[in-house]
Amino acid sequence: MNPLKLVAVSAGLGLPSSTRLLADRLAEAARSHLAGDHEVEVAVVDLRDLATDIANAMVAGFPGARLREAIQVVTDADGLIAVTPIFNASYSGLFKSFFDVIDNTALAGKPVLIAATGGSARHSLALEHAMRPLFAYLRAIVVPTAVYAASEDWGTGGDASTDALAGRVDRAARELAGLVAGRPASAALAVEEVLVPFEQQLAALRP
Amino acid sequence: MSTMQFGVFTVGDVTTDPTTGTTPTEHERIKAMVAIARKAEEVGLDVFATGEHHNPPFVPSSPTTLLGHIAARTERIILSTATTLITTNDPVKIAEDFAMLQHLADGRVDLMLGRGNTGPVYPWFGQDIRQGLPLAIENYALLHRLWREDVVDWQGRFRTPLQGFTSTPRPLDGVPPFVWHGSIRSPEIAEQAAYYGDGFFANNIFWPKEHFMRLIGLYRERYAHYGHGTPEQAIVGLGGQVFMRRNSQDAVREFRPYFDNAPVYGHGPSLEEFTAETPLTVGSPQEVIDKTLTFRESFGDYQRQLFLMDHAGLPLKTVLEQLDILGEEVVPVLRREFASGRPAEVPAAPTHASLLARRDAEAGDPASVPATALT
Repeated sequence: MNPLKLVAVSAGLGLPSSTRLLADRLAEAARSHLAGDHEVEVAVVDLRDLATDIANAMVAGFPGARLREAIQVVTDADGLIAVTPIFNASYSGLFKSFFDVIDNTALAGKPVLIAATGGSARHSLALEHAMRPLFAYLRAIVVPTAVYAASEDWGTGGDASTDALAGRVDRAARELAGLVAGRPASAALAVEEVLVPFEQQLAALRP
Repeated sequence: MSTMQFGVFTVGDVTTDPTTGTTPTEHERIKAMVAIARKAEEVGLDVFATGEHHNPPFVPSSPTTLLGHIAARTERIILSTATTLITTNDPVKIAEDFAMLQHLADGRVDLMLGRGNTGPVYPWFGQDIRQGLPLAIENYALLHRLWREDVVDWQGRFRTPLQGFTSTPRPLDGVPPFVWHGSIRSPEIAEQAAYYGDGFFANNIFWPKEHFMRLIGLYRERYAHYGHGTPEQAIVGLGGQVFMRRNSQDAVREFRPYFDNAPVYGHGPSLEEFTAETPLTVGSPQEVIDKTLTFRESFGDYQRQLFLMDHAGLPLKTVLEQLDILGEEVVPVLRREFASGRPAEVPAAPTHASLLARRDAEAGDPASVPATALT
């Protein structure tokens, strides 16, 4: 059997990047939940490295070779972990642009875990009002737990109303692993272009 | 006429030359298009095709006027379009205009139909881009009949019905101009071209070849499905985009500012990336020959190769030099190389003479198109 492919997309810009760190932790947690029963491959796509390619694809109308490869990796994934920094109350422009250059049917039916980082916990609902609708539009299956990591989450435990970051990472990863493991191998349905025979196209126009 | 046709197609853009800051007037640009067409004939090319646009910075809003003028000033070159808007032009007027042009040009006329992808243009002509595909299908179904039936009764969705209508003049020798259907992305248009046994022109110059391999593959397969011949016998045209100097480095140095500032793809990928991914070739005549010959490997033996030579603000003088190189050094070699190894059953590019001969050979046979056109 082919190994399951978990792919994390990180739109982090810093080096090191807390967004990338969160992506890695989510990927590792999902991998460990699957590892008992499955062989798992993990890949990370760092959008920072593709920033110019993404802009060029916008201008030229097609992705260059390097970006095509990254898109292929993402669209071939059995489970996707999408992580962005929150800028100005939403996902970063780079993050959105990457998903804008992917065909809007290519992620249909794909299990996706959404996560974000930010300087303040006040932005955490951006996951719910921006990220989740984006992937809903793309007809991906988004796991219930979205993980937000503010600066303080990296150095504190949970409180009365919230699990600590590690707990939320684990819960979200378990949800993703469940979807990925329960997904039939054939679920990676390519949406084939359906050709309407010409007689039918003509007939549809007859007054 | 050899088995393959080579020519140029122009968008007719008025673009500032980024190296001098000079912008041609509309008048200069229109006259330049005529000069380019005449030069194309002089250097031995087979086809000159003009775009149709109704918004600045483009000038060719009236293709048959331009082509009629060129017809009077040329002897051999085939006059065509790239593309004629089948969506926003009244098919009755297309039938009349191109039949008229056919007579004036003694049959040196064909045309390429396209939908046009600029939303605002549609309402200027009373149409709606959301109906783009149905317009293309219905309008062409009518155009096809107007050129083949002397008296047409017709009713459709997008224009007033016709009762006992005769489009005049009738096509020259009773042979309609050959039609190419141009598309960059729509399988529906490949299907339409296949259904009628018309040509399919894939304007491949802006995107990687894999996309067009699928589109042309579909057209070839459906052409055979509709009984017009084998997939290899389908009539395929391709675009190309080149800039040449004797030395490759000189070509790159001279063309780079035009590339970097070009409409469509300027300010995006580098010249090097774009040449690696698309048909654009900037280099020596030999590099252009080598790249163009790869098209056959990707798309099969084909019938028509058009090059975009005069865009992005290149001065007329430079364009004419480019045409000299194309005609003298590139096309003769391409003719020879494409002819070698070309299977005998792959048809030559259609011309008025070949269509007339075929019509006479098939005289008495029912039309080769399934008789399910709109009534």
